[in-house]
Amino acid sequence: MTTVESRVVACAPQGPASVRRNTELSLLVFAALVPVLAYAETGLAMDGRLPAGMLGYGLGLGSFVLLAHLGVRRFAPHADPLMLPIAALLNGLGLVFIWRLDKARELHPNFPAAQNQLLWSGLGISLFIVVMARLKDYRRLQRYTYLSGFAALVLLALPAFFPVRAGDFGARIWIHLHGFSIQPGEFVKILLPVFFSGFLMVKRDALALASRRFLGLYLPRGRDLGPIVVVWALSLLILVFETDLGTSVLFFGIFVVMLYVATERTSWVLSGVLMAGLGFWAVARTEGHVRGRIEEWLHPLAAAPGAGVGQIGQALFSLGAGGALGTGLGQGHSWLIGFAAKSDFILGTIGEETGVTGVIAVLVLYGLLAERGLRTALAARDPFGKMLAVGLSAAFALQVFIVVGGVTGAIPLTGMTLPFVAQGGSSVITNWALVAVLLKISDLARRPAPGEPLQPGTQP
Amino acid sequence: MNKPIRRVSVFCMLLVLALMIRANWVQGLDASALNANVHNKRTVIEAYSYPRGDIIVGGQSVTKDLLVNGNYYKYRRAYLNGPMYAPVTGYSSQAFGSNLLENVEDPILSGNDPRLFFRNALDTLTGKQKQGGDVVTTINPKVQQAGWDGLQGKKGAAVAIDPSTGAILGLVSFPSYDPTSIAGVTPDFATNWQKLTTDPSQPMLNRALRATYPPGSTFKLITAAAALETGKVTDIDAPTDSPDPYILPGTNNQKLVNEAGDTGCKDATMNAALAMSCNTVFGKLGAEIGQQRMLDEAKKFGFNNSSLDIPVGVTASNFDTNMGPAQTAQSSIGQFDTRATPLQMAMVAAAICNNGTLMKPYLVSEERSASNSVISQTSPTELSQATTPDVAAKLQTMMVNVVQNGTGSTAKIPGVQVGGKTGTAQHGVNNDQNPYAWFVSWAKSGGKQIAVAVVVEDSDTSRGDISGMHLAAPIAKNMMEAYIGN
Repeated sequence: MTTVESRVVACAPQGPASVRRNTELSLLVFAALVPVLAYAETGLAMDGRLPAGMLGYGLGLGSFVLLAHLGVRRFAPHADPLMLPIAALLNGLGLVFIWRLDKARELHPNFPAAQNQLLWSGLGISLFIVVMARLKDYRRLQRYTYLSGFAALVLLALPAFFPVRAGDFGARIWIHLHGFSIQPGEFVKILLPVFFSGFLMVKRDALALASRRFLGLYLPRGRDLGPIVVVWALSLLILVFETDLGTSVLFFGIFVVMLYVATERTSWVLSGVLMAGLGFWAVARTEGHVRGRIEEWLHPLAAAPGAGVGQIGQALFSLGAGGALGTGLGQGHSWLIGFAAKSDFILGTIGEETGVTGVIAVLVLYGLLAERGLRTALAARDPFGKMLAVGLSAAFALQVFIVVGGVTGAIPLTGMTLPFVAQGGSSVITNWALVAVLLKISDLARRPAPGEPLQPGTQP
Repeated sequence: MNKPIRRVSVFCMLLVLALMIRANWVQGLDASALNANVHNKRTVIEAYSYPRGDIIVGGQSVTKDLLVNGNYYKYRRAYLNGPMYAPVTGYSSQAFGSNLLENVEDPILSGNDPRLFFRNALDTLTGKQKQGGDVVTTINPKVQQAGWDGLQGKKGAAVAIDPSTGAILGLVSFPSYDPTSIAGVTPDFATNWQKLTTDPSQPMLNRALRATYPPGSTFKLITAAAALETGKVTDIDAPTDSPDPYILPGTNNQKLVNEAGDTGCKDATMNAALAMSCNTVFGKLGAEIGQQRMLDEAKKFGFNNSSLDIPVGVTASNFDTNMGPAQTAQSSIGQFDTRATPLQMAMVAAAICNNGTLMKPYLVSEERSASNSVISQTSPTELSQATTPDVAAKLQTMMVNVVQNGTGSTAKIPGVQVGGKTGTAQHGVNNDQNPYAWFVSWAKSGGKQIAVAVVVEDSDTSRGDISGMHLAAPIAKNMMEAYIGN
């Protein structure tokens, strides 16, 4: 791959901006075609005929991804060719599964969500194009380091000040405004890496070099511990006041990963994990909601008298019913999961109707997307770009792990959406923006330096 | 900075790998356990997503499947003449599981029986809807109806068997319930279920198979069989050496008396003693025969067998295994701890009628696939040789005498040979509750045979009138007539 691409670059160093863009376009054809066929199959299985909205849906999705592609072609011509098709495919499949659950009359109450999700996807792709066009140089984000940090803090703190709703399932992660629900924690996924990148750029030398050796480990100096302790305390505060384990773990996880990359010191990772472990353990012991989640995780099949098993149990039933190949689209009973079947638990439907095969395919897509992001980090030429790409990719990978691990019962469940797939406007918009920023970093990283033709094999 | 980035990449890959392993674990290793979990509604949803097979009585289906297209379930079970056939069919409920034939014959009724595999595979290929197979019962609708009508307003059970084969012709329990009323999941069904399960009259108890009663004087048939087999009595018309009252052996003047009063039980012949139902004669015989020999005799007639299934499981009837002579004497007249299901007493009558051979009772004659091809057919099998043909003949003579000249006169059917035995078993502490009225009988006519046992727990009849003769025998008579007469 590398050599082919390099040859293209080498042959046409100043040529039209078509570096791997045709690859991207052909992949996008598949990324749009697969969901459309899945949509058709679902309709045939459930109603015995092709869905009425098939043409509109196909054209809508097709034009969205085409616009996104044109945006990349125009504003980030050297960007990674894989990320956009993967995101588009996940988004498209997510729409099919949400639509399938919209049609489950057994789900009660069942508010149709596919149309909204399509709208949000459109908005997400618009934002993607806006980022492409307006973010001329991502390095300028460095200027907003502390503003990003402040904004992230405000967004994280906001839900604690809003009244909790019965349907929120105990966690305070939503803001409800005039019928809209916003999950501000999602936006933080971009803001925090920006803040950490800027912050650690400045502090990394102090953190990395000034440490004492103790028992074979380099331990940080007391005063350098300051920022860590602050972040740690904040993540625990989220846990306590918003009872949201997911955001808290994600938040702290991004920080530890970026700290490690900035300082190259394992001791930071160890102290971070240790501190997080202690903190979560203490909170889990005292805070009822978190303790309940852990109980549910330990005993997913324990049934409340007269009420059957909880949601994790139902999700496990769904996955089990899927087996190796699944029941086929539209033919499962994943609506038994009930509340949040379309959002946090959408993996249950994927697992039941496409089997472990489908689940692994989706995981491969997520893995690829995260690894392409990390590849971008390797290729980036400036520390800020590297840090930012690592932060965004790690945030993505951690989120997938937290939600999939929770739904499959590997780790305690926390309310989080499956990126691109699950129902949720905040989530879709943020993830499209996240991919856009990664593509911008990738574009700059892969762009040949002005006036110097590339040697074959040096460009990722 | 690239080294830690590579490590982070490996870490992220490990995260994804861990998730893949977990997915395989749940969807592969754990899948069958998850699918079999009682809380997993998929099994029930699947079971009601296509019509179950029918349970057939007398060529007519007594079950049907309503296409309800409910939120979860596509079909719902319904029953024709539900309360009357409930002791046969049982129920099949979306919310409350199933029992009796609906439960034990589920593989056929649901179509999941391995013997139906080929047919199912064919249906899948041809795109036909899956359908359950049918279960054909041995029940005779007329006999069932006669028993059902007879028990109205009472509380009890009636069982009829074809003695020559063991085929169960009638299986009635009253009060009963309509299985249709608990077949669904909506609150109405739950209310019904709640009512039925908390009703003190226990309408969901299958009294014919799952309730045991002291058999009272009807047990004297087994005592008589043992006496004849052991040679204790050789001539049924020769006087026995029986005092009246009989002082129970090993007790301080504890007397066994006769219900009928001083009507000639002293030294009565066994024939007369059975006709008058003399406690003294049979109590003394039982004590003399001995506990072990009496137990052996009871077992040959089917007592103490906890593994009988027809194919529905039947509660074991009991004759105590460790008693002194006084208790043996009481047990031999069907009191003390002796308990029998109505089916058990029907089996006693059937064995006597069938010249001593006890046939295994069965309720299902045929299992069929949805396309009516026979999958299995029950062939009559012998359960045991309860007694010798010679002893059986003597018992038949005595039972006929009971009906002709004794306590069973209400069961006479003109032109039909009928033998029977009444029973009035004590009930409650110090006999302070209404006793159980029994009638155990058989009838033969023109190659047709039927054995019947009826028990009436209590009724609004005043205590003095309660006896097998007045309450139970007429019901048995109607059931026998319903069969012999057609």
